[in-house]
Amino acid sequence: MVRDNKPKLAVYKFSSCDGCQLSILDLEDELLALTGAVEIAFFLEARRKVQPGPYDIGLVEGSISTPEEAERIVQVRKECKYLVTIGACATSGGIQALKNWADVEEYKRVVYASPQYIQTLETASPIAAYVLVDFELRGCPVNKYQLVEVITALVAGRRPQIPTYPVCLECKREGNVCVMVTEGTPCLGPITQAGCGALCPTYGRGCYACFGPSESSSTEALCTHCEKTGTDKPTIVRMLRSFNGYLEPFKQVGDEYERQVGNQ
Amino acid sequence: MRNSVLYTIEKGELDKLIGILHRDGYTVVGPTVRDGAIGYEAIESVQQLPIGWTDEQAPGHYRLKRRDDDLYFGHVVGPQSIKKFFFPPKQRLFGIRREGENDYVFEATQPEPPRYAFVGVRACDLAAVRVQDRVFNDVMPDPYYAKARSQAVFIGVNCAEPGGTCFCTSMDTGPRCTQGFDIALTELKSTFTVEVGSDKGRKLLEALEHKTTDANTKHLVDLMMQSAAEHMGRSLNTDGLPEMLLNNLQHPHWDEVAKRCMDCANCTLSCPTCFCSNVEDKTDLTGDHAERWRTWGSCFTLEFSYHTGGYNRSSTAARYRQWLTHKLASWHEQFGTSGCVGCGRCITWCPVGIDITKEANAITDDVKRFRAEQERQRAEEVGS
Amino acid sequence: MITAIDQRPDVVSGDANAMSPVWARIVSRCQESSNTASYTMKFVDPEIGRRYRFLPGQFNMMYLFGVGEAAISVSSDPANSDSLVHTIRHVGSVTFAVDRLKVGQCVGLRGPFGSNWPLESCKGRDILLVAGGIGIAPLRPAIYQLLKNRDQYGRVILLYGIRSPQDMIFKEEVEEWMERRDFQVLITVDYPSENWTGPVGVVTKLLRRVRVDSRNTSVFVCGPRVMNRAAAHSFLSHYVPEDQIFVSLERNMRCGIGQCGHCQYGPKFVCKDGPVFSYASVRNLFGKDEV
Repeated sequence: MVRDNKPKLAVYKFSSCDGCQLSILDLEDELLALTGAVEIAFFLEARRKVQPGPYDIGLVEGSISTPEEAERIVQVRKECKYLVTIGACATSGGIQALKNWADVEEYKRVVYASPQYIQTLETASPIAAYVLVDFELRGCPVNKYQLVEVITALVAGRRPQIPTYPVCLECKREGNVCVMVTEGTPCLGPITQAGCGALCPTYGRGCYACFGPSESSSTEALCTHCEKTGTDKPTIVRMLRSFNGYLEPFKQVGDEYERQVGNQ
Repeated sequence: MRNSVLYTIEKGELDKLIGILHRDGYTVVGPTVRDGAIGYEAIESVQQLPIGWTDEQAPGHYRLKRRDDDLYFGHVVGPQSIKKFFFPPKQRLFGIRREGENDYVFEATQPEPPRYAFVGVRACDLAAVRVQDRVFNDVMPDPYYAKARSQAVFIGVNCAEPGGTCFCTSMDTGPRCTQGFDIALTELKSTFTVEVGSDKGRKLLEALEHKTTDANTKHLVDLMMQSAAEHMGRSLNTDGLPEMLLNNLQHPHWDEVAKRCMDCANCTLSCPTCFCSNVEDKTDLTGDHAERWRTWGSCFTLEFSYHTGGYNRSSTAARYRQWLTHKLASWHEQFGTSGCVGCGRCITWCPVGIDITKEANAITDDVKRFRAEQERQRAEEVGS
Repeated sequence: MITAIDQRPDVVSGDANAMSPVWARIVSRCQESSNTASYTMKFVDPEIGRRYRFLPGQFNMMYLFGVGEAAISVSSDPANSDSLVHTIRHVGSVTFAVDRLKVGQCVGLRGPFGSNWPLESCKGRDILLVAGGIGIAPLRPAIYQLLKNRDQYGRVILLYGIRSPQDMIFKEEVEEWMERRDFQVLITVDYPSENWTGPVGVVTKLLRRVRVDSRNTSVFVCGPRVMNRAAAHSFLSHYVPEDQIFVSLERNMRCGIGQCGHCQYGPKFVCKDGPVFSYASVRNLFGKDEV
């Protein structure tokens, strides 16, 4: 059904790798249906033509890492009826939030020849730290089917069916054999939100928590177990501090292990 | 001691049996090695059975090991039971197309289930099918389940060497197949003994070269079963267990388990009797096509107990307690049987190795200790 | 023990399976309060309309195309089988979607599910109905039946608690009921308006205004969790026996047929053992947290 007055969609980029925006273009079969259901009004990565706001749905990729971004996101919020963050950067600060544990000035000196030109904030933060977010879609990158589900649900006026339970449910439904139990591989699946279809365990690897902590993520219980079965504390800190290390409870437990490492 | 007639077939006859089942149009499912474990998959011949393999099982631990013989069934149960064949993990219940403003048309619904022949099913898993029947077949039959179930053939295998997390003896479901099979095998060195459990099973036996088992061999099978029953990796004290658990919903041990439990739901998903599911309604982007899906759910997820007023079970302790008390206690009131068959999967496949037998026993032992202490104090008071 | 369960009517569902709906058209809508409306529906297939029966207290699963499904009690007169009324408070994804529907549009229905108010076995007794807010909806079919067979019961009393006078649903009918001499109706509000002259406070406070013959009273309670608990305990303290206090409970119901497991309440499936329970049958669970 082709609708008149289709909802207008805007896609914004902040500090990020563009991977989540790419997953929109990656929709292939569904892309036509998407353009049938919504008007893609602002999406610089896909088309130069820009329609002015306000927009019905704003998809935001990336974290807030610079003073300019901190100002721009406020404007973005104003021009979107629904604001949806897509991906780990926008939802947790992403991999660049690792700088939140480091000395930014030192990083600048080491990385850049002329650090005086670099404008950056002390921290890389999720969008929700700056403005109200209506829905956060997890993943590094997001799962394209989940992305379609969120847009579909917003267009249909219902709640998106995005599970918040752990990866293990998807993993077992896929019929995978548990890599923790058969190989002793540390796997973050039990404490990570589903959505990827248990991609890594399906290929025999442990989960890296691209989708961030699950609804009741028992991070401590998993880390205690990993420690008991031979994973050392620094490794545990590194396990937790990846794509979503700045989200609770990963942050708190990671910090606690780091403190213990420091005390050793 | 079991007073049924046993027959003996040469080992080679098993392949013939699989061939017959194939020829009769069955999808033959049997244990086979995949991804470091022995699970139930579709098989074509005896060669795909885990010949010469065994499994080492402990809480949160499973490793394949080579045997020093070439037994076909020298292992116990794997990561998942045959539940997935009757109650698929993801199932489309229906699709609806909207035509015009107000006209809805149902689209092709559930597919017809294949005709399954299960080879090498253990007594605990056979018992589990009967437990799930009470949910999906006995009162308001689920069409897919009922069909798949009614046309299935079950070739059971008696367990001679229980695994490290097995406790079927405690739950009175094994190690010997006693019901729910068409044929039950006991594996010996170069032969199987065969017990017939149904007319279907008798017909299958008749197609094979068989003879009546001699008294010595029969005695040997009995001894093997007796020895298996005595070598369970785990045991659960079921005496008065339902009341004991339901009367101790506030016991501090629930909180203790909650510190270790990750709410990951692996126990429920590997359990052969857990039946909870999520119902998901979806639409496509056009908004004119909707589907309803049923997927395996779990009482360990927070959203499982969500309703408008909030979450009914918001803590890990409450969710673990719900699962354990459901399985071992309230199942009796719901379905007239325990929900546990003692297969040990929830123990092996819990990534952190939480042990249902240990946790239940911890509570009953503590309550008993407490009661004994009260008794003693009372006796002392009377005495003084 | 529950005293005699009335024979439950057959469940109506779509051709696909017990999880698929049949269609019903909204023939009228009545706004009851700011967030609540009553929808009168007729089954699109008249044959189903002829067949469909329900008992007071039972519910249907209501499906909104592409949105999802919610358990909604039937609020109309069971004797009037050619139209069906659902009174809905718009609070969730499905009920908001109902709110957006226009008269003439369709919803999916399957049901009726669950247990009912035990009107048969309570004949000859005083009936005390306690409703909180939208909780009056599943009690209304029972009220119709009680008033229709008025001579078969002792006193009939309704205690109705609402947040504020504007939140009263079935307003005209409640006023008619208040006119009747054979039906005592007492209403209390949490937040009175300026011209409210009636009682203020929780519904259990109304108990002071009625005489409860503990040996001959059956109580039907339906309201929010806290109210259910308070009401049940008040009646117990008035010596009404446990097996004569009936409470309608709410849980998240997904299938209605005891197969999805979501609505479990201890050993009970609220969708098929409930929603109406005698206090005696849930004594060990009632009011407990996190079960």
